[in-house]
Amino acid sequence: MNCNLDHWLSLYHKMLKIRKFEEKVSRLYSDGEIPGFVHLYIGEEAIATGVCSNLDEEDYITSTHRGHGHLIAKGGDLKLMMAELYGKKTGYCKGKGGSMHIADINLGILGANGIVGAGIPIAVGAGYSALLRGTKQVCVAFFGDGATNEGTFHESINMASAWNLPVIFVCENNSFGVSTRIDRVTKNTDLAKRAIGYGIPGVTIDGNDVLEVEKCSKEAIDRARAGEGPTLIVAKTYRYHGHFEGEVVTYRSKEELSEWMQKDPIKRMAEKLRIEGIPEEVLGRVEEEIDAEINNAVAFARESSYPEPEDAMEDLFFSEGGNE
Amino acid sequence: MKNLTYMEAVREAIREEMRKDPNLFMIGEDVGPYGGEMGLSQGLWKEFGDLRVKDAPISESAIIGCALGAALTGCKAIAEIPFCDFIGVCMDQIFNQVSKMHYMFGGKARIPLIIRTPIGGYQSAAAQHSQCMEAWFVHIPGIKVVMPSTAYDAKGLLKTALNDCNPIIFFEHKKLYQVKGAVPQEEYAIPFGKADIKKQGKDVTIIATSYMVQIALNAAKSLGQCGIDVEVLDPRTLVPLDEAAILSSVKKTGKVVIVHEAWKRAGIGAEIASVIYEKALSDLKTPIQRVAAENVPIPFSPTMEKYVLPNEEKIVEAVKKICGEG
Repeated sequence: MNCNLDHWLSLYHKMLKIRKFEEKVSRLYSDGEIPGFVHLYIGEEAIATGVCSNLDEEDYITSTHRGHGHLIAKGGDLKLMMAELYGKKTGYCKGKGGSMHIADINLGILGANGIVGAGIPIAVGAGYSALLRGTKQVCVAFFGDGATNEGTFHESINMASAWNLPVIFVCENNSFGVSTRIDRVTKNTDLAKRAIGYGIPGVTIDGNDVLEVEKCSKEAIDRARAGEGPTLIVAKTYRYHGHFEGEVVTYRSKEELSEWMQKDPIKRMAEKLRIEGIPEEVLGRVEEEIDAEINNAVAFARESSYPEPEDAMEDLFFSEGGNE
Repeated sequence: MKNLTYMEAVREAIREEMRKDPNLFMIGEDVGPYGGEMGLSQGLWKEFGDLRVKDAPISESAIIGCALGAALTGCKAIAEIPFCDFIGVCMDQIFNQVSKMHYMFGGKARIPLIIRTPIGGYQSAAAQHSQCMEAWFVHIPGIKVVMPSTAYDAKGLLKTALNDCNPIIFFEHKKLYQVKGAVPQEEYAIPFGKADIKKQGKDVTIIATSYMVQIALNAAKSLGQCGIDVEVLDPRTLVPLDEAAILSSVKKTGKVVIVHEAWKRAGIGAEIASVIYEKALSDLKTPIQRVAAENVPIPFSPTMEKYVLPNEEKIVEAVKKICGEG
């Protein structure tokens, strides 16, 4: 096997891991094991995978309410993620955050975020910090097409452009803000064109082609690292599930969904690997490994304890005790 | 001791800490060569350079977000919002991001971030340049709230803030900027959660914040001439709040007037009064009085602004009232 194929296989592995993790979460949620809100990334896995494939552990990302894919792609631990989704003490946030607030500062994951567009200025700050501390770190801001109509999008890209900060703006354009199709709320739906206004490069790419995502984001990340400033990448994609789990999806046709499912990023990568002569049993082994990891994560979450009710009073402030 | 204005004291704290920590930076509108909209950062850009004293676009959300992202990743940030009134523009970044991250992330984020912002009226600056919004932030768990009333307190509290790893909002009063006060030559810091008795007294406790401390001290002087011995207590930080000092003063005098410049309704006075009622009702000889702004936007014309905001006469009147002389 040549090293290119090895790499392709690792991208396939990562995308499939995100997919299967979330399929599991979807089942556990409908079974009532996972409480709260869950927003799934299923269908969009190529974007997080392709982008994060170019990042080092010291690099940063900011994520969204639909963040599981970004976290896994940046190296997040499935056990800690699953335990957090269950609201257990052993979770990433000791059960204080849940799906929308998972972070792992040591892995450069500066948080999923429950507020649309709110992670974008935080990414600018991580880029500024790299500049001030004189490192070569970069930060990727992931956000959806809905966030491009938030003020934070404009403020952040303007600021990062003005100062040539090492920040990459990655818009995951799945065409919908909850139920509202983008052309009902935006005149020019070619979102990459907005880059022109900020004097930075803007590109539209096939967000369901992991190799295209990887290649384009590499250019942007290399530019950022070289001190040449930010790039806006608009990756076209589609989410298969509703805005949140349990949603009755009334705002799009079955035909549209099945058209996009024909362009499924994971199927496409599997097909490529088969054409290159990767045997079925290799692909099967990847799936088995992932299943085992996910089952472990679920077992870990199930066996973990819930926080003590009064643990709610800890961690308000950073200090020895953490209390006010 | 040396004599510094409140503004010089704030600037000196920033300068001293910036000299120590190369990863401490300041970001805000016009903080660079212009020296700040109030003139507070004069000379800092020249000393520390463009990256550490950064002129930002007029983008308050991005200013706070940038400071937060940098604070999360190994820097220490001071974000300046040139008027507290502009803080509504970046409120999501403050109340949903800055204040909650440490807790939401399970106690794993260090956020050394100070938001400095001038407050206050008495300048005919009208409804959008005169406000005191501290109650908003006291209401939100996860951010410390500091309101110095003297040059000494301003420097000492800011030094503590600059060595904390938590989000802090630091309210500076525009009317205090040029007021001089004694500041030690040597390094010092004032811990949070320690109130200061600005004047000892035995008859009535006035609890006042920020510029109102100065007005309350003036009122105390005239009340002294009428034979009423007033104690003036400045909490200095509202989060954390020095409840013990408040309750001990209440125990001594049994009479309380709370004075703040922000609106009376749901202001910090309501919170302090509740603490006293919950914990020291039996120490009170009379109901607590509050002197604060009337519940209208701050009007432009001096005659109306004077009517709406607290002043020495209103404080004197409230104190006399609870002493049965009103």
